[in-house]
Amino acid sequence: MLVEESARGTRGHWGRFAARRARRLLVSLWILVTASFLMIQLVPGDPVRAALGTSAPADLVASRRSQLGLDEPLLNQYLGYLQNLLTGDLGESILTQLPVAETIGQRLLATLSLALPAFVLTFAIAVPVGVVMAVATRRGRRRRTELTFVGTSIVLGSIPEFVVCVALVAVFAVNLGIFPAAGRDGIESYVLPVLALSVGPAAVMARIVRVEMLAVLDADYIRTARAKRLSSLRVNLRHALPNALTATLTLSGIMLATMVAGTVLVEAVFAWPGLGGTIVSSIQSRDYPLVQSAVLTYGAIALTVNTLADVAIAAIDPRSTIGDS
Amino acid sequence: MRRDRPEVLRTPVGIVGITLLGVLAVLAVLAPLLWGERATATDTYDILAGPSAQHWAGTDNLGRDIFFRTLVATRLSLVLTLMATTLGVGLGLLLGMAPLLLPRRLGRPVVAFVNLLLGFPSLLMVLFLAVILGVSTTSAVLAIGIAIAPPFARLAHTLGAGVADLDYVAAARISGVHPLRVVVRHVLPNVAEPLVVNATVTASSVLLAFGGLSFLGIGVQPPQYDWGRLMQDGLSSIYTNPLAALVPGIAFVLTGLAFNLTGEAAAGTFGAKARSRARWRPTRTRRVAVRPSRPDEQEDARADVVLDVRDLVVSFPGPCGSISPVRGVSITLRSGEAVGVVGESGSGKSMTALAIAQLIEEPGRVTAERLDFCRTDLRSGSRAATDALLGTSLAVVFQDPMTSLNPVMRIGGQLAEGARRHQGLTRQDAAARAVDRLRAVHLRDPERRARQYPHELSGGMRQRAMIGMGLMGTPRLIVADEPTTALDMTVQRQVLDLLEETRHDHGTALLMISHDVSVVSSICDRVLVMYAGRIVEDLPSADLHTKARHPYTRALIGAVPDMATDLHAPLDTISGHPVDPRHLPVGCAYAARCPLVSERCRQEEPTLEADAIGEVACWHADEPARAETLEAVR
Repeated sequence: MLVEESARGTRGHWGRFAARRARRLLVSLWILVTASFLMIQLVPGDPVRAALGTSAPADLVASRRSQLGLDEPLLNQYLGYLQNLLTGDLGESILTQLPVAETIGQRLLATLSLALPAFVLTFAIAVPVGVVMAVATRRGRRRRTELTFVGTSIVLGSIPEFVVCVALVAVFAVNLGIFPAAGRDGIESYVLPVLALSVGPAAVMARIVRVEMLAVLDADYIRTARAKRLSSLRVNLRHALPNALTATLTLSGIMLATMVAGTVLVEAVFAWPGLGGTIVSSIQSRDYPLVQSAVLTYGAIALTVNTLADVAIAAIDPRSTIGDS
Repeated sequence: MRRDRPEVLRTPVGIVGITLLGVLAVLAVLAPLLWGERATATDTYDILAGPSAQHWAGTDNLGRDIFFRTLVATRLSLVLTLMATTLGVGLGLLLGMAPLLLPRRLGRPVVAFVNLLLGFPSLLMVLFLAVILGVSTTSAVLAIGIAIAPPFARLAHTLGAGVADLDYVAAARISGVHPLRVVVRHVLPNVAEPLVVNATVTASSVLLAFGGLSFLGIGVQPPQYDWGRLMQDGLSSIYTNPLAALVPGIAFVLTGLAFNLTGEAAAGTFGAKARSRARWRPTRTRRVAVRPSRPDEQEDARADVVLDVRDLVVSFPGPCGSISPVRGVSITLRSGEAVGVVGESGSGKSMTALAIAQLIEEPGRVTAERLDFCRTDLRSGSRAATDALLGTSLAVVFQDPMTSLNPVMRIGGQLAEGARRHQGLTRQDAAARAVDRLRAVHLRDPERRARQYPHELSGGMRQRAMIGMGLMGTPRLIVADEPTTALDMTVQRQVLDLLEETRHDHGTALLMISHDVSVVSSICDRVLVMYAGRIVEDLPSADLHTKARHPYTRALIGAVPDMATDLHAPLDTISGHPVDPRHLPVGCAYAARCPLVSERCRQEEPTLEADAIGEVACWHADEPARAETLEAVR
């Protein structure tokens, strides 16, 4: 079997990997789009009536209904929805009648400007800490350091983002007055929200990196590397780390997606003009076209990120292109 | 360690977690009864006040006491958490076990569906469901329960599928037991433990998710209140009274910790097992008078010696004092000489090889009276001094070529890096030498192989690459630890031929570790037989079948079938089990399994005595094997 594989060469793996991964992405996207379409249909009662309130005049409700195409047969609505999506038309807000695509575009930028730095910061903290802890505490060495590290990481990982936010605001904005408590205004306004987003994930991720690294350090090929009498730095960083990162990267996809979703809470605390605030306020005001597109955007980000993580893993570990998942 | 206590309670962390959970449970039951009225009593004269003696955490916008509201909210927060967790775990179990219950055709889509759902963050699913179900406490429970189901389903499925493949479960299924019964009777009980642990950790994330929803204003609706709601209310007054938001926040942290610590302790994160007990404790190592080095060795003969090991001891810390898998081994190897070490697994032969190659890691310890390689003392401990020598003159070949090469590095790079470090070659020169060495080990198309990854090579090719790696320098000694065990017969022969060729071409000494007497006797000049961490016999390979005197050596040879073996008789095996290095007997370690055993063997450990043939450590070395005793043992 192995000989056969080597005969077929690496290129074939990549081709099939890309095809398999693209198929999965497309199926997921289709489910996401369909689910977001059905969301409005599944709302009990009349969504337009719910959005405009009981006191709204009947003809206004009727005109909005036809505007949204809710009176047409379901299949026509679905096809129309797909067609509009492809042309980038996400409809209009029921309440403000502003184009949804425009609102989402602006808000998404604000959200990503939090999520991406937080993601980078998480990795910048978690990988070095995890690696150092793994090397320092492997084979039962430094038990006390290990317990402190694991304990700290569990405690930090147990604190929800919004509690971290509130604590950070209480200390740094209210007590010390170093950073602004809310709003998006200048570079210092990013510090607290980005920190709040990355503390928990960094703690959890550092532990995962450590566990993965510990497993890899006991692998046979690490013994081979040591048999070549390479420097510890090279053994740990060139031989062990990439192998440890593959599992970490798998999780990092989910983590980044969760982080983008986690901005919902952080934005609420910091009054950040992002997508999270939009989704919450539009759920509360039952502005369904806006909710629909926000959910779609979040979902699409999550799927893209997961796909990117898989590609990154494949680049690091060529074996992962083989397999049927 | 007492066995009646559950795993969770064996660590301080677990005890803290369980205690916290207990306190929370008591609070959830009692707090609304005791302080329910104080928590709802409005005090219009004391609105949005800071902490005072009367109100420890201040008051809210209706003058209600925040501290007591937090305590009372414990019940709702926990009840909602438990409801959503139960719902999610139930759904997850259903989805996870469905593929095992349903016919394959229906089961696969379920797995695929769960995998797709996993791609979406659960908060997104909660929001999605909250839209459809509307904003209310009930819909929040439903939304969170549904959202946590996919990860749980995945875990349940993975664990369940692992158990379902076990022989006895498969047997139950084939014999026509109803699938539901198979799942309930055989699968679930076997995966219950990890699932319970995971459910505990899941409960913690449900608590946070619920808090998050309430905090956003789309979870618990007033006049009901949980911690999330209280935090939301407190946030608006964070400048005047930070405690209003922080006190419910602390409740979140403590509860999250209670769930997480319990879950982690149950999962064994904190290593409740023997690991923590393992420590160095001086033990009496019975030193047997090891035979003195042969006095007849002359200086010019010594120049030829590649490896000179005297009284090598390898020990590891154990739960009750240290364990020594190698207890006083002496080996001398000359240029071009091939010596085999044979023995059952656990005899200490691989440890001996690793110790000689200086690859025993902490907490293992290697001591020796003498440990010279190419006349350099390796015991100095300074890596800098010995790295270059070992890196160029010692080659190590490991047992499993499938796992011994780094899967994420190209073959060529793995060969080249050692040469770049120890021989100061440039990147190009090292790469060229790597290709040259791959050619030297008879790999076809070495340029292409050098660019490939290990998974693209077969097992035999990888083992050749490993040997090629050793040939990057000018090895004086190859330590090969079961180099052919993982390979099939024809490939085995090729690898042995390659080792033989290397030995002839470069005058390299070979130390070959194997459990296979026939492999060793086919290419080695001398054979060392190890048992329980000691060499029990040392003799020329040529004499192995005719002049072996130690009963263990004879038994090892007897266990190998040859052309003369009676095909109708059952194959000889060595009765009994190898000794446990933790419980070594006083006398000869082999006594319990030996057909020649006498009282002296049980009392006194035999020493390795040299004679005309070689060396042997046995009180009955001069007695011929008594067929009738051998028969009696079987």
